[in-house]
Amino acid sequence: MDHDNLSTLYRQAILEAGEDPHNFGDLLRPTVSTELHNPTCGDVIILQLKISDHIIKDIKFKGQGCIISQASASIMTDLIKGKSLDQAKKLRIAFSQMITDDHFIDNDKLKDALIFKGVRKFPQRIKCATLVWNALEKSIQHVEETNG
Amino acid sequence: MIESPYRHDFPFFYSQKEKLKRAYLDSAATTQKPSSVIEELVHFYTEDNANIYRGIYATSQRATSKFEAVRDQVKTFINASERTEIIFTKGTTQSLNWIVFGYFWDRLHSDDEILISVMEHHSNLVPWQQLAIHTGAKLNYVNLNEDQQLDIDDFKAKLNSRVKVVALTHVSNVLGCLNPVTQITTLAHKFGAKVVIDGAQAIGHLQVDVQEINCDFYAFSGHKAFAPTGVGVLYGKKELLEKMKPLEYGGEMISDVNYQNTSFKDLPLRLEAGTQNISGVIGLGAALDYLNKCKLNEIECYIKKLTKLAFEQLISIPEVIIYGSKNASFHQGIISFNIKGIHPHDVATVLDIKGVEVRAGHHCAQVLMRYLNIPACLRLSLHIYNDETDIQQLIIALHEVLRFFKHGS
Ligand SMILES: Cc1ncc(COP(=O)(O)O)c(C=O)c1O
Repeated sequence: MDHDNLSTLYRQAILEAGEDPHNFGDLLRPTVSTELHNPTCGDVIILQLKISDHIIKDIKFKGQGCIISQASASIMTDLIKGKSLDQAKKLRIAFSQMITDDHFIDNDKLKDALIFKGVRKFPQRIKCATLVWNALEKSIQHVEETNG
Repeated sequence: MIESPYRHDFPFFYSQKEKLKRAYLDSAATTQKPSSVIEELVHFYTEDNANIYRGIYATSQRATSKFEAVRDQVKTFINASERTEIIFTKGTTQSLNWIVFGYFWDRLHSDDEILISVMEHHSNLVPWQQLAIHTGAKLNYVNLNEDQQLDIDDFKAKLNSRVKVVALTHVSNVLGCLNPVTQITTLAHKFGAKVVIDGAQAIGHLQVDVQEINCDFYAFSGHKAFAPTGVGVLYGKKELLEKMKPLEYGGEMISDVNYQNTSFKDLPLRLEAGTQNISGVIGLGAALDYLNKCKLNEIECYIKKLTKLAFEQLISIPEVIIYGSKNASFHQGIISFNIKGIHPHDVATVLDIKGVEVRAGHHCAQVLMRYLNIPACLRLSLHIYNDETDIQQLIIALHEVLRFFKHGS
């Protein structure tokens, strides 16, 4: 049983993304940069977005964290790149529903991020998967507030 | 095979709902409770429950005398010189906060210094930081030596007559080291500094003698020494407690209340406002009885033996990095470690699936994590109910971690 259990959390794609995450690093002159901490474990994520005309033109992240948080950041940034702020907000809501709601019905728009469904069974790890999405939400909020 | 002669005293280990044996290796966070403590709580609530000091009736008097008897027990347990030097609190955190906010708050100035160490738990660090911000005093840190123990030379170098208080943990909750608190106190007193010792990880593991240490204040929690949660002790030298300002005012701590002013009771009640955690204190009494019955030197000996075994098994895994001393005997039942290249959270999840309960995170010691330059680590901590099977279970699970993450499941 344990191996099945482990593999529902650590799907192969998560292991791969966690080992070698996409969009890791710094943007030149980002529109917004958000640093978030996971206070229970000391993990940090810095998310940078370049936005013009309400579109996320580019996105990068850096920081330290577990495989789940690194993989989530890698897959989220891939998914969000090129999306409008409104689309991004909807995806964030969909992701958080998926990870907390047992009756969640697959939302195809989440694409690769759907592999984090298994995290639901590991309540202590939900924060790891959502950290980068929370940083995204904060970034969007910040942009919307400063642009009035 | 090291077997625990104490394990059968702890019902927790015999009430497992799951088939999987669980290895509880997180006693530094909180200990399991012996049946004598649990039974004492049941007994108190069935036979003696009444508020203390207030009733003229027999039950209240019985509760009061039981409650006050624990104060004597604590006095003897840590060898305080007077029973009025024992103040009940809700735990180490509250004790330390009262010391900072009730004693030192108005006594420091901007040219003073506060000396603590980089290994302090947040509850012996953040309040001092607040004091430094409030008074403008300098908060200075003693570093570690090359064996990741408290650097005594660095302590001596940072000690001077501007230092008004030295606050130090007796045993580190991450490095597991036992600090030379008696020597520290002697040195600090030469410069007129007061000494505060955080005893959270020492109580229930080592014989503590506050007169021998000669510290000015000592703080500990009951729940890390077999007592219920929500009860702790603040020890202070009488002349200092006399000067301490209560942080809570209310019932039981007053002697006479007028329209505009109030006179207060003497120690210890002056510092214990409101209805106390009566059952908690009584549970603490039962826990101290149990510790006395087991004998602290035998407890220390047993945990040392088990720690040595865990240490040897851990270092035999090449990917394991241990923090703290390279010498097993310098770890008081606590070993913090990481596995090269695998985040401690990922390790802890696999361990949990394998029934092994260790802590992963910064252990309320973020300054120490920064100092060691790691984001987090794993920690195993042992007590008398642990045995060799717990260690074996951990080691087998760690091999599983390596198989899973290093060799792609
Ligand atoms: C060294 C140390 N100090 C202080 C504390 C705080 O104790 P409590 O949470 O019981 O107040 C702990 C417990 O985690 C500790 O290990």
